[in-house]
Amino acid sequence: MAKRRLGAEAWQAITGYLFASPVILGLLIWVIGPMIGVLLVSLTDWNVLTTPRWVGIRNYVKLFASDLYFWNTLKVTVYYVVLNVVCTIVYSLVLAMLLNQNVRGRGVFRSIFYLPTIVPIVASSALWMWLFNADFGLFNQILQGVGLPKSLWIASQTTVVPSIVLMSVWGGAGNTIVIFLAALQGVPRELLEAVEIDGGNWWHRFRAITLPMISPVTFFNVVTGLIASFTIFTQSFVMTGGGPNNASLFYVLLLYREGFQRNNLAGAAALSWVLIVIVSLLSLLIFRTSRRWVYYEGEQK
Amino acid sequence: MKLTAARAVSKALVYLLLAMGAALCFLPVFWLVRSSVMTLGDIFKFPPILWPARIRWQNFTDAMQASPFLLYFRNTMIVVVPNVVGSLLTASMSAYGLARFRFPLRNFWFALVLGAIILPPAVVLIPQFLLWSRLHLVNTFFPLTVPVWFGGGAFNVFLLRQFFLTIPKDFDDAARIDGASYWRVYWQIMIPLIQPALLAVGLFQFLYCWNDFFNPLIYLSSKTTYTLAIGLRFFIDSYATFWNNLMAASLLVIVPPVIVFLIGQRYFVEGVTLTGLKG
Repeated sequence: MAKRRLGAEAWQAITGYLFASPVILGLLIWVIGPMIGVLLVSLTDWNVLTTPRWVGIRNYVKLFASDLYFWNTLKVTVYYVVLNVVCTIVYSLVLAMLLNQNVRGRGVFRSIFYLPTIVPIVASSALWMWLFNADFGLFNQILQGVGLPKSLWIASQTTVVPSIVLMSVWGGAGNTIVIFLAALQGVPRELLEAVEIDGGNWWHRFRAITLPMISPVTFFNVVTGLIASFTIFTQSFVMTGGGPNNASLFYVLLLYREGFQRNNLAGAAALSWVLIVIVSLLSLLIFRTSRRWVYYEGEQK
Repeated sequence: MKLTAARAVSKALVYLLLAMGAALCFLPVFWLVRSSVMTLGDIFKFPPILWPARIRWQNFTDAMQASPFLLYFRNTMIVVVPNVVGSLLTASMSAYGLARFRFPLRNFWFALVLGAIILPPAVVLIPQFLLWSRLHLVNTFFPLTVPVWFGGGAFNVFLLRQFFLTIPKDFDDAARIDGASYWRVYWQIMIPLIQPALLAVGLFQFLYCWNDFFNPLIYLSSKTTYTLAIGLRFFIDSYATFWNNLMAASLLVIVPPVIVFLIGQRYFVEGVTLTGLKG
């Protein structure tokens, strides 16, 4: 009945909305609504105990001008993000290229490389605290065994971020490797062979064919890697508590501390919006520049 | 002759590098297992012992006596099961709607889905927390199990939508001509067709929930509601010098997801690949 009166097109639209309604409601309730909410809270002086008063952009001014931790946190986080993304991409690409060499037992190798990604971060934090342990940890025992000086790893201001990067590369490369491997398998053989016939070595093949052919996937891996790295939390929360001397006080850890340990809801809300802006700008920047370095086959995109 | 010799050398080099990579990946895991079955005395020896002369299973019972891991396991399952079911059902429905129907603002909603993938969950935490505390549901499992029934996570919607797009529209049309309703097309034709992607989504959601630390940390505040991730963190704080017990406790938390991964590996790899290559 309704069908006939409404016409096929309207009926389709209604059905489509009904099917998509869970995610549409979800976006409204859990994403759009809270984004507006967190913006409103950031413009007040709310600290749970008192009734909130409107203060305009004062929280943001305070954050940029006089907050003790903000700039340090931003610096520490960017340092971690850049180091982690570069290391993860290089490490994953190398392993994926090795796997792509028509080796026997490829599946087994792939599972082993993926295994650390399955380990829950709290459990790997416990494990790496043990590995990093200055007196009895495996790493210092190895260094000692080969006659090198011990390192303080996560217990020193200068080595804490590189140490966490080491752990993150180990535990976070699984997806990147799998995606790179699939992309490498899609590189046409005849193109590689053409370079070989022209007398090119593996570097020429890599530079002229492989790298441009997998650039869309590299792009994907860089974007997802940047965003995931920016929200690092558990490792420093469990292993270092943000220390030593705030050297691993990453952005989300600061946000958590302000909001849930110091009850400074308004300050945490301002931090939230700054993070939204950072992540959006970052994505925009990458998408804008991607034209220059991403090659899409047949330029169909 | 020279060429084949060079080939053999480069092949050997590839295997050597792969073996080194595998050793580096596996070494920490091995160290975890090895440390979890040793006495404290053995663990602190230098040069280190690779494997103890006698396996000490007692570390596991000690860990479980010190902390109620069975209760934590039960709590984790209470969170994990509704999450997996909810994401499978609502993400596939939503993805089907976005992939197959023309409706006003469809592209707008899909763009929002993509945006939500990029959005760090931490930034919307405060209003979400205020909402749950207004409802007096903090320190219950609701904040951890309800949201997933609204679309099952933007990433899963995206993955399933991409998968729906690979299925020829003729399948739907043929069924429609035969008089099937849209719901029947979705339930009886589409769901069986996207089974591999659904398995991947189920696995992702299982692992995500099992590993999630941030949300339980925010919402669960009493020991009786702790999940394994939070329980383990508590254990780390209290028993950090008993490395053997701590490694045993960590191993208990790691084994279930590893088993699930090994069983579902194929779908897992397919799912990861699909998102990367169509992204």
